[in-house]
Amino acid sequence: MEEKLAATDKLSTSKDWEPLIVAFFCNWCTYTAADLAGVSRMGYDPNVRVIRVMCSGRVDPQFVLDAFAHGADGVLIGGCHPGDCHYVEGNYKTLRRYLLLKRLLRELGIEEGRLRLEWIAASEGEKVSKTINEMVEQVRALGPLRLTRKFKEWDAELATLEVEAQREEVAVHV
Amino acid sequence: MSEQKNGEVRIGVYVCHCGANIADTVDVKAVAEYAATLPGVVIARDYKYMCSDPGQELIQEDIHNLSINRVVVAACSPTLHENTFRGAAERAGLNPFFVQMVNIREHDSWVHSDREAATEKAKDLVRAAVRRVYFHKPLEKRRVPIHSEVLVVGGGIAGIHAALTVANSGKRVYLVEREPTIGGHMAQYDKTFPTLDCAACILTPKMSAVKAHPNITLWTYSEVVSVDGSVGDYKVVVRRKPRYVREDLCVGCLQCIDTCVFKEPKFDDEFNLGLSKRKPIYIPFPQATPKVVVVDPEACIQLKTGKCKKSCLEACVERGAIDFEQKETYEEIHVGSIIIATGFQTFDPRRLPQYGYGRYPNVYTTLEVERLVNASGPTGGQVVTRDGRIPKSVGIILCVGSRDENTNRWCSRVCCMTSLKLAHLIKEHTGAEVFIFYIDMRAAGKGYEEFYQRVLNEGVHFVRGRVAEITDWALDPSEEGKLVARVEDTNTGFVRRIPLDMVVLAVGLEPQPDALNVQRLFGIGCSLDGFFLEKHPKLAPAPTYTDGIFIAGVCHGPKDIPDTVMQAGYAAAEAIALADTGYFELEPNTAYVVEEECSGCKSCIPLCPYQAITFNEEKKKAFINEVLCKGCGTCVAACPSGSIKQNLFEDEEIFSEIEGVLAYAQ
Repeated sequence: MEEKLAATDKLSTSKDWEPLIVAFFCNWCTYTAADLAGVSRMGYDPNVRVIRVMCSGRVDPQFVLDAFAHGADGVLIGGCHPGDCHYVEGNYKTLRRYLLLKRLLRELGIEEGRLRLEWIAASEGEKVSKTINEMVEQVRALGPLRLTRKFKEWDAELATLEVEAQREEVAVHV
Repeated sequence: MSEQKNGEVRIGVYVCHCGANIADTVDVKAVAEYAATLPGVVIARDYKYMCSDPGQELIQEDIHNLSINRVVVAACSPTLHENTFRGAAERAGLNPFFVQMVNIREHDSWVHSDREAATEKAKDLVRAAVRRVYFHKPLEKRRVPIHSEVLVVGGGIAGIHAALTVANSGKRVYLVEREPTIGGHMAQYDKTFPTLDCAACILTPKMSAVKAHPNITLWTYSEVVSVDGSVGDYKVVVRRKPRYVREDLCVGCLQCIDTCVFKEPKFDDEFNLGLSKRKPIYIPFPQATPKVVVVDPEACIQLKTGKCKKSCLEACVERGAIDFEQKETYEEIHVGSIIIATGFQTFDPRRLPQYGYGRYPNVYTTLEVERLVNASGPTGGQVVTRDGRIPKSVGIILCVGSRDENTNRWCSRVCCMTSLKLAHLIKEHTGAEVFIFYIDMRAAGKGYEEFYQRVLNEGVHFVRGRVAEITDWALDPSEEGKLVARVEDTNTGFVRRIPLDMVVLAVGLEPQPDALNVQRLFGIGCSLDGFFLEKHPKLAPAPTYTDGIFIAGVCHGPKDIPDTVMQAGYAAAEAIALADTGYFELEPNTAYVVEEECSGCKSCIPLCPYQAITFNEEKKKAFINEVLCKGCGTCVAACPSGSIKQNLFEDEEIFSEIEGVLAYAQ
């Protein structure tokens, strides 16, 4: 176990690693704000990949888990401010799901800082760039998540445990 | 990747240079070369301007010659050109929903400077789109019918012009104004720059035309209280406040005002900005439209105590127009589109105490001076100070509340010209010496520069510098009894003290205090400063992000009368075009239930804000009404059995996009 932790530490300080963040932005507010950030040339870190959905309410918790499982180091969800949702109250539903999801992630050992929900209105281009930079910094401090690697390790661990269990079983019977 | 029902997937990828906009930061050739290696991609090209005709033809030719059946365009934001490329595909006989755009300009080249990182990002995004488009299905746009009626909110010059334009095209218009009369700020102005024609003379005929127009229903003293529905069919509820005077009976003879128990006017006259008084029963100004008196419930003795002689009732006994029992009423209307023209408020200079407004009686705002120079204003057109003197020297301070980090950052656009106009008028009325304290003169408009030259030639003094303070502290006898402007003349580098009899503050324009409520009521966007947000700053400066809702006038941002009228006409044209088309095409991104998989748990039903989901008791399955569904996808994300899907945002499409942007991370 000690060795493994050391290996992870090494990875997080490795120079090659750059945090990778998947962002789900709602079409009406945050995606438009990101467009505005572009038009206004408000630069930010290139570590984010935006996926457009019509409403932050469309963000299925599975999307977030899938992103982590496929190598994202952080997930950002952007929606309209409460009261301003294009679909009346989709963002409130997002908020509820987000809070539940945070608990779930905690159970899975995924740090809180890796998932963030932000209300960003269409006019808040500056907030897009600020939020992304902040989050990149935060995730950088947390280090790589490398869930894909962990899955492999866990699989291997399970396999060994299984073999051991079988061996013990055999021993008991003998 | 699962197999497709519609045969082999053949993807074409088109990477746009956007001139140098993308190509300078993203290695577009490398992106195209990379795209060509992705599974399913038959051809990948880069081109200088994909959105141009030859660019679109490139796609169309590939559809014909290479049997491309999926198109990925890596260019700008889909909000800008998705329709362009969908159109190109459609013209080539391909279903337009086989097109996916990748935003490598707004989300990439314009926000990053590291060429390598930006190129990597572009590749990731392209890969995601290539994977996504694999799962696209042919879809059809939905059409909703459009009611031809139009609601105009706000009866200033913007609302008036928009309402008349729409009404002249033969469509029914509802004009809702919260004040007792239409006319807005323009009715308060004396002359308009740069032509110096009388504001009332050009405005009041338009006001009467509104009242007389058979296609316009004019509701003053009324407010929109709720808006439901969407483009084509907005259900709007309007509250009509009681005027305590029956609009259908009052003929505007004004005898009730004469006979009111208040012998003298006692209450601040809003129209004259408190520079004169009115009675509890009053008409805002002589040309008010409709020409119907109104009772101020805060001032009327009868309404406050019920113990008045009610001499007004006696004066109107024959017509019986006065009705103290009147209650507010609610009207519900259905309209196809809405034009919002709610206007502005002027900056309150009390927020800048150094200018002494509210402290020194002879400090005025530009709007107050408009009333002073107006022949039908509180002084009959005499420019006199509050202590009754004709000023010998007047100072006009520009940019009050504008272009200042501490108040409002924006330029209010009209103050320079308003000040030049007032400088001219004050000089004409009083012969006073006029000083204009400015930071910059902004006279950009037809005939504006010429007007500036004219005022310069008339001998108005221009002092460049932001005034530090207005004080009444005299340092020498010439300053006794006067206000003194302390200002650094930045042209000469000296600090000057200029004694003045009257100071005019050119106050900037601000959003209405309740703009945020209006924004929420209509579901439109607001920029950070509180002005309403247009759909596109260049190409769609009247439509909003909400289909069927348009904005016009200063509620969108500071502008002068000609620009306001132009935008109002444009908003009206958009509303007319929409009504004449008769239908509006909606994205097909609705949700639907795969019946076999639905477990009938009902968890989706309360999630839908549009009541589009119902439960079929016989089948024990949920059902989504496509007409009511707006396509947010909230129910899709919540369905525990995964049996609700959303067109254009299918699970497979999004999962493949997620995995696509992350492929290298694995």
